[in-house]
Amino acid sequence: MTDAHTTGTHGTGPFIAAIDQGTTSSRCIVFDKDGRIVSVDQKEHEQIFPKPGWVEHDATEIWENVQEVVAGAIVKAGITSADVKAIGITNQRETTLLWDKNTGEPVHNALVWQDTRTDALCKELGRNVGQDRFRRETGLPLASYFAGPKVRWLLDNVEGLRERAERGDILFGTMDSWVIWNLTGGTDGGVHVTDVTNASRTLLMNLHRMEWDEKILSSIGIPAEVLPEIRSSAEVYGNAKGGILDGVPVASALGDQQAALFGQTCFAEGEAKSTYGTGTFMLMNTGGTPVNSYNGLLTTVGYQIGDKPPVYALEGSIAVTGSLVQWMRDQMGLIKSAAEIETLASSVEDNGGAYFVPAFSGLFAPYWRPDARGVITGLTRYVTKAHIARAVLEATAWQTREISDAMTKDSGVELTALKVDGGMTSNNLLMQTLADFLDAPVVRPMVAETTCLGAAYAAGLAVGFWPDTDALRANWRRAAEWTPRMDADTRAREYKSWLKAVERTMGWVEDEES
Amino acid sequence: MAKNIQSLERAAAMLRLLAGGERRLGLSDIASSLGLAKGTAHGILRTLQLEGFVEQDAASGRYQLGAELLRLGNSYLDVHELRARALVWTDDLARSSGESVHLGVLHQHGVLIVHHVFRPDDSRQVLEVGAMQPLHSTALGKVLSAYDPVAHSEVMEAERRSFTGRTVTEADAFESMLDLIRAQGWAADAEETWEGVAAVAAPVHDRRRMPVGAVAVTGAVERVAPGGTLRPELIAAVRDCARAVSRDLGAGRF
Repeated sequence: MTDAHTTGTHGTGPFIAAIDQGTTSSRCIVFDKDGRIVSVDQKEHEQIFPKPGWVEHDATEIWENVQEVVAGAIVKAGITSADVKAIGITNQRETTLLWDKNTGEPVHNALVWQDTRTDALCKELGRNVGQDRFRRETGLPLASYFAGPKVRWLLDNVEGLRERAERGDILFGTMDSWVIWNLTGGTDGGVHVTDVTNASRTLLMNLHRMEWDEKILSSIGIPAEVLPEIRSSAEVYGNAKGGILDGVPVASALGDQQAALFGQTCFAEGEAKSTYGTGTFMLMNTGGTPVNSYNGLLTTVGYQIGDKPPVYALEGSIAVTGSLVQWMRDQMGLIKSAAEIETLASSVEDNGGAYFVPAFSGLFAPYWRPDARGVITGLTRYVTKAHIARAVLEATAWQTREISDAMTKDSGVELTALKVDGGMTSNNLLMQTLADFLDAPVVRPMVAETTCLGAAYAAGLAVGFWPDTDALRANWRRAAEWTPRMDADTRAREYKSWLKAVERTMGWVEDEES
Repeated sequence: MAKNIQSLERAAAMLRLLAGGERRLGLSDIASSLGLAKGTAHGILRTLQLEGFVEQDAASGRYQLGAELLRLGNSYLDVHELRARALVWTDDLARSSGESVHLGVLHQHGVLIVHHVFRPDDSRQVLEVGAMQPLHSTALGKVLSAYDPVAHSEVMEAERRSFTGRTVTEADAFESMLDLIRAQGWAADAEETWEGVAAVAAPVHDRRRMPVGAVAVTGAVERVAPGGTLRPELIAAVRDCARAVSRDLGAGRF
């Protein structure tokens, strides 16, 4: 299914086209010079589940969809390739593909970031050190999300692939590389590149030198021949060859969360954004130095503009936020639509003493306790479903506070304000609660599509469409701001209760089960 | 108040009876509970059954509440749902108009602001979600009064205070203003509530064309109505936004 819409008034161009190759769909959005959306086109692709825990995408389908949505958005905008100054790319991170450079055919479906088939391999690669074996070089723990171990799995499991790879016939890439290689001609001279943000999610790149780490490559068992060239996030990688945008420069690539950081114009150290969807991803700009995390966060590249030095970020994710509201709707039946959680929660003044820790598959950052399971605690006869609804929203806010605290501990930088985006920002009570718990203003920008906007911004910078990041900041518009209203004593008391509730989740799963 | 309609009162009593306690009741139970002759009770039940408000169990012949009633009960629009659907469109309206945008619904004889988008000029502004505005003088309130019968009866019965020299308070003048609003499809507030502030609003309808709220652009009178005339492109933008939200509500994702 393809859907598209155009908004009414916009400038007359020129424009930037941003491609968002996401986990469930591919989209193309055309932006004007003010950063306003001119047109959108989107198409979903199939989620392939060959076994429990395995998730794959058909990369050929994805490339076809990308071409279709780009054409769709350009046609809907009523413009031609001459009006488009650059193409920017943002993508689902870590999803891994190997393809034959002579035929352009994928050798296997792409292994999606959620795919856990490399769990055992990651344990094995940790050897006696454990999951932090490569953390100093890469900023990441050895976990199944990241691309490196997925490449190794493919080399081990697709017959004859290692030999073909060593002969130099096989190319590896995350989805940014796949899209750029195809856009720039594929087998007919396509450029094989990736950007620093995507490379920083492979477990293969040295964060300090921005180069593939030869020691890690040999430890994991990946031949250097398959690797793309690491480039900055904003530079012209090549020109589109063929298709509706023939000749237009392909000028940016950023992983989706980094693109949102860029789209939210978090260009100064200490600025942070949080994207509230099914789960939540919070990134904080830490400036020119990669900050090691001792509190369970990831160290990653935020972005790099051309030949300027790279900017680093700390990242914390919350597994269950929007999905907890969905759970209340679908599994508990306490609400009929996601938006109703606010209606129910607003019918009471507070949580009535109830706390809900949704550790459905363990506790993630900053605890990393797979033995934890969800609890609702503090229950008395007084508690109603409305109090539980309130506890549901508070759970998202407290988890954000915990990530924010961890970021402050690691970086020494206090959060001054939090920029938010994603579907849950329409929940006014949640946003107010967030400001109350963080004791910092929470700000929503006027363009909700910050991911695509970030890719467009980076591409526009690369071709001089926008002169500098100050011009991008000038485009940023505040749509709403929530300021803290909770007194310090209440906040401290409530936080203490939340932390007590978190303690109650731990140790539920016995060793054998986890 | 005019004389009440007896059969409607009896029908309402039947529905209440079926809604409480035992879910299924026979004809004689219903008739005797309400002190009606069986024939009278049966006539009313049959009418309710035709409308789908009551269903008769084929096996036992007993009556219970019908699906239509449940559908009606479930179909009120949650204001937070309304906000979620309006988010994208109201952002766009604020951007294109350069003014602040409010979304309001009827609540306790006034307009409750359920969504507010800041004026996109980076100035300090305070979120007004949860605030109340008067029905008779604001653009949002006038749109609701013109389109929602409940708002209309409330505004006509209430005292219409004069906030500025321009507030329309007299009943006949107010009614003819509402006629004009219905004819043109939008309402204005030119310094009728606050000195120096003007607004334009248009109605948001749900899939059954019920007026569920209103969307307004509000700003300094010099910008919104320079020289005393409302900017026509502003009126068009507000109406486009209201139509887009209405269309989204009609699509019905759930």
